[in-house]
Amino acid sequence: MITLHVNGKAIEVDAAPDTPLLWVLRDTLGLQGTKFGCGAGLCGACTVHVAGAPVRSCQTPLSAIGDYPVTTIEGLSADSSHPVQRAWLEIDVPQCGYCQSGQIMSAAALVASNKAPTDADIDNAMSGNLCRCGTYDRIRAAIKRAAQLAGGSA
Amino acid sequence: MSTRREFLKTSAAAGGGLMIALQIPGCAQKPGESALANPSAPVQAGAWLRIGTDGSITFLSDKSEMGQGVYTSLTTLVAEELDVPVESLRFEAAPPGDVYVNTLLGAQVTGGSTSVREGWEKLRRTAAEARARLVQAAAQHWGVDAAQLRADNGAIVRGDGSRLTYGQLATAAAALPAPANVTPKSASAFSQVGKPRRRLDTPLKVNGTAAYGIDQRFPNMLFGALAQSPVLGGSVRSFEDSRARTMPGVRQVVQTKSGIVVLADSWWQARQARDALEIQWDPGPNATLSNKTISAGLAEALEKRSAEAKVARNDGDADAALAGAPRKVEAIYELPLLAHATLEPQNCTVVLEGDEIHLHVPTQVQQLAQAAAAQAAGVPVEKVFVHTTYLGGGFGRRLEVDFVPAAVEAARAANRPVKLLWTREDDTTHDYYRPPYRHRCTAALKPDGALAAWKLEICGPSVTSRWAPAAVANQIDPFVLEAAANYPYDADNVRVSFLQHEIGINVGYLRSVSHATNCFAAESFMDELAYAAGKDPYEFRRGLLERQKESRWRAVLERAAARARWGKAESGRFQGIALMEGYGSFLALVAEISLDGGKVRTHRISGAVDVGRMVNPSIVDAQIRSGIIFGLSAALWGDITIENGVVQQKTFDTYRLVRMNE
Repeated sequence: MITLHVNGKAIEVDAAPDTPLLWVLRDTLGLQGTKFGCGAGLCGACTVHVAGAPVRSCQTPLSAIGDYPVTTIEGLSADSSHPVQRAWLEIDVPQCGYCQSGQIMSAAALVASNKAPTDADIDNAMSGNLCRCGTYDRIRAAIKRAAQLAGGSA
Repeated sequence: MSTRREFLKTSAAAGGGLMIALQIPGCAQKPGESALANPSAPVQAGAWLRIGTDGSITFLSDKSEMGQGVYTSLTTLVAEELDVPVESLRFEAAPPGDVYVNTLLGAQVTGGSTSVREGWEKLRRTAAEARARLVQAAAQHWGVDAAQLRADNGAIVRGDGSRLTYGQLATAAAALPAPANVTPKSASAFSQVGKPRRRLDTPLKVNGTAAYGIDQRFPNMLFGALAQSPVLGGSVRSFEDSRARTMPGVRQVVQTKSGIVVLADSWWQARQARDALEIQWDPGPNATLSNKTISAGLAEALEKRSAEAKVARNDGDADAALAGAPRKVEAIYELPLLAHATLEPQNCTVVLEGDEIHLHVPTQVQQLAQAAAAQAAGVPVEKVFVHTTYLGGGFGRRLEVDFVPAAVEAARAANRPVKLLWTREDDTTHDYYRPPYRHRCTAALKPDGALAAWKLEICGPSVTSRWAPAAVANQIDPFVLEAAANYPYDADNVRVSFLQHEIGINVGYLRSVSHATNCFAAESFMDELAYAAGKDPYEFRRGLLERQKESRWRAVLERAAARARWGKAESGRFQGIALMEGYGSFLALVAEISLDGGKVRTHRISGAVDVGRMVNPSIVDAQIRSGIIFGLSAALWGDITIENGVVQQKTFDTYRLVRMNE
């Protein structure tokens, strides 16, 4: 048994240590907001936070997590009140929506560390997250809006 | 097809309430088979709308939500006629049913950019009829003339302000005969249609709760991973699974028609064990197939069999005009195979309940999924129930149901619920690819740069010949002629033809279908002609739209050029323009690029789009941007190549999609 700290709770997990965190979250813990897109760290659909940093959970074995806290889309807020989620709602970003949990987690990490992200900052932080529907324009606008909301300058 | 439309019929939903359906004559529907023929049957197939006695209004969407916004736009059509805010409606996916046959396509299909065009009249009329019935029920209750009543926010209201809610009226309304002469609102009365509104599914997609196919979970469920022949079209010769069977979590190994499924307690375990299978594959007929042989086959067909081409358009005599022309231009364009690359890999979850088979599946074709499962299990289609999930992208990939049978076979072998999920690599290497095409374009220029003749020969596969053969029995596949047969430019002699040449592997419809391939060839060739005529590409096109002077064609071209500040790109940047009509919409785009050591950098794409009437301009805006980025991925990166029958691109490092920074 391995103890994971997910969304503020300590959870005992019965899975092999080399199991990617993604499949522990999805199949063992039933936290299915985190998506599987490629299993190779190329699309970002599986992005979660580990100790606040955006991490591709498909490339992160269970054994590498240790005591670091894991946050998934389910734990970002209880009621979609996180500034990034509010901005996503306001700008109406998603289309098919499949990549959006990962986009939101990457954006949340960016906004947490950067009060006023520039276009270049957004390119840097978000280019690992593919969106096949091409919602990039709205993602960019929503990140800028989220930074405003987070800074209280809304 | 008859223009008369019969509006039927109510049946009491379970627990009371109102269900409305309409039947459009001329669609494939056998008498006595559908719920409509038997209105008392408490069957949902045949209904778009359910008004509960609790006042809840549920719209059953016969179109799948795959990002294009139909759950919102179609629900808006219904809400508008019912005079309730669209946000107050519930929505769910409709089951398979003949009543849901898409009247523009002749089958239950979400595709071909038909959803709003097809739903526009049908759904508004359905909802208007429901409203008329609710009004009539209220009129009877109060003993007043219906003309004195109006609908207001979920209730019928009379002059003195008293109200009866839709929920209170639902059961009485369901008992009324179908009203005659119901007319949906005129555009001037719209309060919701045409206004930008937020999507109804956004809240579920920002908190991770929208349930896609991959998210289906059932008690006692096993997770499946499928091994398929690396060579397209191959099959299992023999396999050794003793090692796989001993791996953690593995419950069963099932040979299916399409390969071998490993079932385990988690998908990761199933996938690990699948990779440990030792399989001898029979490569089948494609062992030496490559994109080079495919390309050579297309070229040879066009050289040797062009006489067999079917002519789709023949104005004047293009061949005669070309034969005598002093100035001819010819160009060949080849389009590669493309993968759909939906971000959600293909998957299907199967639950057996007694003799019923329940599919929980992201599909664009409910009836085809139902039929595929029935065939795999050897049961009648009535025993198969399809529950459509959110689709993590469709783009035409989910017009195919190749991922359904193996899931059914595995669930039946295990007698447990099974979720079968492909890997990204499975998905990229076992697609129904966008077909490759070869276009030969030939034109004759007059001395003043006008067009004497224009000829387009399209050579390649016909998806429709496989997918809906009845639709092409007596005509050319209409989907290969898009953005080709409607060539808009002035020329007295125009010839457009299609030569079918199949390539031995599965090909399918991909977003935009042939607009992307044909427009690429035809509009690229327009640039060659402009160059040959010594004219500016925009002015050249505009000058050849004199006969279309008042048309939407020329309007969007002119507006796109103005919008893009055509001809005024800053130094080092280059502009290109293209014009197209597709599915009743007209668009012209200008791309502004620069070259960085031979690498294309896209700076800006602007343009003008005339889509006609919009239900939700915000969704239209999103879809146009989406289409541009999808097209950009294809233009910059998209290329599926095959060696010895094996697709060479596996995942997003070699099958690249446009990213945020591009």
